[in-house]
Amino acid sequence: MNNEGYQKYYVPDQSPWPLVGAIALFFIALGAGFFVIDMSKDQSGWGGYMFLLGVAILFVMLYGWFKNVVDESMAGLYSPQMDRSFKQGMSWFIVSEIMFFAALIGALFYARFIAVPWLGGASNNEMTGAILWPNFEAVWPLLTTPGGTETQAMGWGLPLINTMILVTSSVTLHFAHTGLEQNKRSQLTGMLLLTLILGVIFLGLQGYEYVLAYRDLGLRLDSGIYGNTFFILTGFHGMHVFLGALILFFVLLRVLKGHFTPEKHFAFQAGAWYWHFVDVVWIIVFCLVYVF
Amino acid sequence: MSTVTTADHHDEHHDHKPTGIKRWLFTTNHKDIGSLYLIFALAMFFLGGAMAMVIRLELFQPGLQFVDPQFFNQMTTMHGLIMVFGAVMPAFTGLANWMIPMMIGAPDMALPRMNNWSFWILPFAFLILIISMFLPGGGPDFGWTFYAPLSTTYSNDSTALFVFAVHIMGISSIMGAINVIVTIVNMRAPGMTWMKLPLFVWTWLITAFLLIMVMPVLAGVVTMVLTDKYFATSFFDAAGGGDPVLFQHIFWFFGHPEVYIMILPAFGIVSAIVPTFARKKLFGYASMVYATASIAILSFLVWAHHMFTTGMPVFATLFFMYTTMLIAVPTGVKVFNWVATMWRGAMTFEVPMMFALAFIVLFTIGGLSGVMLAITPADFQYHDTYFVVAHFHYVLVSGAVFSIVAAVYYWLPKWTGHMYDEKLGQLHFWCSLISVNLLFFPMHFVGLAGMPRRIPDYALQFADFNAFVSVGGFLFGLSQLIFLWVVIKCARGGVKAPAKPWDGAEGLEWEVPSPAPYHTFDTPPQVK
Repeated sequence: MNNEGYQKYYVPDQSPWPLVGAIALFFIALGAGFFVIDMSKDQSGWGGYMFLLGVAILFVMLYGWFKNVVDESMAGLYSPQMDRSFKQGMSWFIVSEIMFFAALIGALFYARFIAVPWLGGASNNEMTGAILWPNFEAVWPLLTTPGGTETQAMGWGLPLINTMILVTSSVTLHFAHTGLEQNKRSQLTGMLLLTLILGVIFLGLQGYEYVLAYRDLGLRLDSGIYGNTFFILTGFHGMHVFLGALILFFVLLRVLKGHFTPEKHFAFQAGAWYWHFVDVVWIIVFCLVYVF
Repeated sequence: MSTVTTADHHDEHHDHKPTGIKRWLFTTNHKDIGSLYLIFALAMFFLGGAMAMVIRLELFQPGLQFVDPQFFNQMTTMHGLIMVFGAVMPAFTGLANWMIPMMIGAPDMALPRMNNWSFWILPFAFLILIISMFLPGGGPDFGWTFYAPLSTTYSNDSTALFVFAVHIMGISSIMGAINVIVTIVNMRAPGMTWMKLPLFVWTWLITAFLLIMVMPVLAGVVTMVLTDKYFATSFFDAAGGGDPVLFQHIFWFFGHPEVYIMILPAFGIVSAIVPTFARKKLFGYASMVYATASIAILSFLVWAHHMFTTGMPVFATLFFMYTTMLIAVPTGVKVFNWVATMWRGAMTFEVPMMFALAFIVLFTIGGLSGVMLAITPADFQYHDTYFVVAHFHYVLVSGAVFSIVAAVYYWLPKWTGHMYDEKLGQLHFWCSLISVNLLFFPMHFVGLAGMPRRIPDYALQFADFNAFVSVGGFLFGLSQLIFLWVVIKCARGGVKAPAKPWDGAEGLEWEVPSPAPYHTFDTPPQVK
């Protein structure tokens, strides 16, 4: 057999981290479940603590797991084939994330173009409008629900600034990448740090916008389908920005430790892909939730 | 398909397995993880089966005898959830873990640690689900499809646990699917080109793609259920501008591809077994691949056939009726190919072949009742009756479950190194075949006569048929104990199995000794 140029595919030895991660997810899910149940009954319970315990275990697990992976990577155990596995795995993970947002955006479309008009009597629902909700006016944004909850619409001035910030951060991240590829380490570090700062500013402004919505506009998570879709889309997007920033933060720490070469830098690439994905999702969310 | 020129596996000298409980808890080995998945699935199969026994016990006679309606609802819900997410899907994932690396000549799955993670979170997810049954008010009781507003306005307190358990199951499935795709795309041995892949690998590749596309949608819809119930949103509440039918759209956008997730790997298994025991090459290999891909694409375009009675516009109803009927075409291609494979073959009828043959016949019956359900005006009559129950149990029990059982018999010699007991296996087959039909066939008739599903009581005229069905159910449940016995007996010992116990079998998995060494194909074989 001709095995020239063949490098053995690295199959790691036993690892405790998956099991630790499973226990972490168990506590997170069970804790979150009990927390939500207690909250709905205005009770206090230990669900929240269990959730936090789970998160703590998860961080221990992530630290241990990634430490193993980084050590193995730095020891040169990973062949180019292995690198491809990681890249493909990350790409498919992002596909699954896209589908998650697709479900939420689908709900927005259905509410806007089907549910609300039908409640107002469109299509074959004339009697629904006439008998169930005679005073309901089907408009979007839905500021007065059929049940009578009122709210105000969110403008798109602040989000536009946020859009520019996030797009800029994608550009700076791209320059960080070219810096890495051309072995300009200071450009890499600087641009990566700048990206991270822009991400944090984005999250800050998003938080400020939520304050405005709740305080001044009366736009709340529970103010009808407009508020529902607004907060669930921007909220889940914000969580993804937070996660992306967390990934980039650890990538930055590794950069400062001198990891990554112009040829091999999967962790950087994965973080960058994730960041660009979050950016693209934002542009779609911005268009659908705020502008149109 | 493929032949191997140099199948060198000098693995013996470094074939040391880790020992003790740590071997199973910390493992990164695809065979260990495959075994874990399969054992877990078998345990869940008996747990979900026990719940089905409770259902059949209650329905043995009209009137309320044994359980109260609320508990009955929990039984139907948990039976569905456990069988779909705990038995059938993990069993297929277990088979994928065991067989795909060996079939494509890979040393292991592409991401071995993540592989173990995706297994170990599953038992915890079901633990959460079972914990929820013991909370005040009980566990999920809104059907495994958790339609709003049953799961929002009218559900009990424990629904949050259900939601987070489903999230974890979804995470497990997505990680498992990513692993399968990356393994198949990236780890094939040199010369193992796309159109040489065994069909089990092909069907799993497409299944994994479906999983990645739809499990996040399920996550989205349970999240909306959570916020509707606990955070006062109104996605599924008309008073806030939402629509309960929106729930059904999102759920079935997940749910219909999910149905194919539970049957495509079965097609792969049958496509492996039938040629082996007919001693002929699979008829129409390429058309099988294209048919599988067509079914996967169509599965995204048919979801609303579950919703014909919700009052959709006529145009939408017609669209979904025609796309649904279209699925019969690639499925028909498959059935035709299996039959054509057997045509003038030198057939023998060992247990895997018997189950595969039963699959072809009974799955086709389930498919044909599916075509009946696809006809919108007829569906108005069948909707939410036992006819639907009969339909999907024919495709899932005598379809998916039979294929899994066939696969276990087929590959047990490879896994354990022993032949299973052929006599007991045949006994298991005949008991299963007769009881499964006694169990599900009469459901067609009571359904057509209008008996509604998911109700613990029924009108007197359905009494005789339901008694038959319940007897069939108990017999089917008991028959599976024979299966458990055969599997345990085979794992503990028996006639030594050769590397290739089936003389008509083809594929790389038969080139390695039985039982398969702990590590196979450390160096990839050259496939010609």
